[in-house]
Amino acid sequence: MSKLIRMDHTGHSTVAEWTADDPAAVEAAVQAFRAELSRGYLAMVTAGPGQAEQVRELPLNADLVILRLPIVGG
Amino acid sequence: MAAIGEVLPEAEALYWRPRVDAARLRHRGRLWTLNLAFHVVPFLAAAALLMWAQPLALPVALASLAHAWVIPELYAQRGANVLRPRPRKADGPEQRSVGLLGDLVDHEARELHARTGLVLEPGRLGAWIVGEAGAVLLPGRRGRAYCFCIKVDAAHPGAGELPSGDRIAHLLLALRSDEQGFATVANLSFAGARWRLRRRMRSEMRPALDAAPGRYA
Repeated sequence: MSKLIRMDHTGHSTVAEWTADDPAAVEAAVQAFRAELSRGYLAMVTAGPGQAEQVRELPLNADLVILRLPIVGG
Repeated sequence: MAAIGEVLPEAEALYWRPRVDAARLRHRGRLWTLNLAFHVVPFLAAAALLMWAQPLALPVALASLAHAWVIPELYAQRGANVLRPRPRKADGPEQRSVGLLGDLVDHEARELHARTGLVLEPGRLGAWIVGEAGAVLLPGRRGRAYCFCIKVDAAHPGAGELPSGDRIAHLLLALRSDEQGFATVANLSFAGARWRLRRRMRSEMRPALDAAPGRYA
């Protein structure tokens, strides 16, 4: 089961869960993913130890996709 | 996977800033030292001149020396402040956020975070100590420490409500996706001696600085 989570005031919230062989869950996850990106979130997946990648389309084969907010210099 | 590429979008937005690399970092470090010297040397010179001209001016000379001492300390305090923890949220969100952060790092980093509240992350530019609202870069086993102020953009709703683990995870994920971009977006708060920074860090955080030499990529 793959998960799309958003870091928020609760620690993190699960936005969507899907398996690649469940088209309805995939479609719901894709819609949820796009909605979060349109709210300004950035989607990240881990790409090996110590590495992460930003994605703009939901990677269906990823175990975990994390939504984060933009960062700025303080 | 539809990866966007290596450049952090936040860094792309700052098109006027030159992208930070090792050479540029060293250059900024040297400029920082030069700037500090311009602030400190006049006070040292004034103290020496006063004592040479009139030994009775000792109190004034001592005051001048105090200024020369306190200026680098204030800069170091500014650097140490980037790692200062922010006010905690409720226990539940804090624990959930730390749990997620723990999933992103290895056992050694988890253990260090539990002790210090900081995450040590090896990078190409050096070892990074990541806090809730900033990060310290240690490019080699010795030499300058670079303190960067960088945080979740408060302009976004909910940014101020993030628990500590999430604040660190935001910075960690950005750092891992584009280290140079991360250093480009961040604002440099201090570049100077590690011992000076260490002295200004909270005692419970110092083990992170001490552990850094063993964590280079």
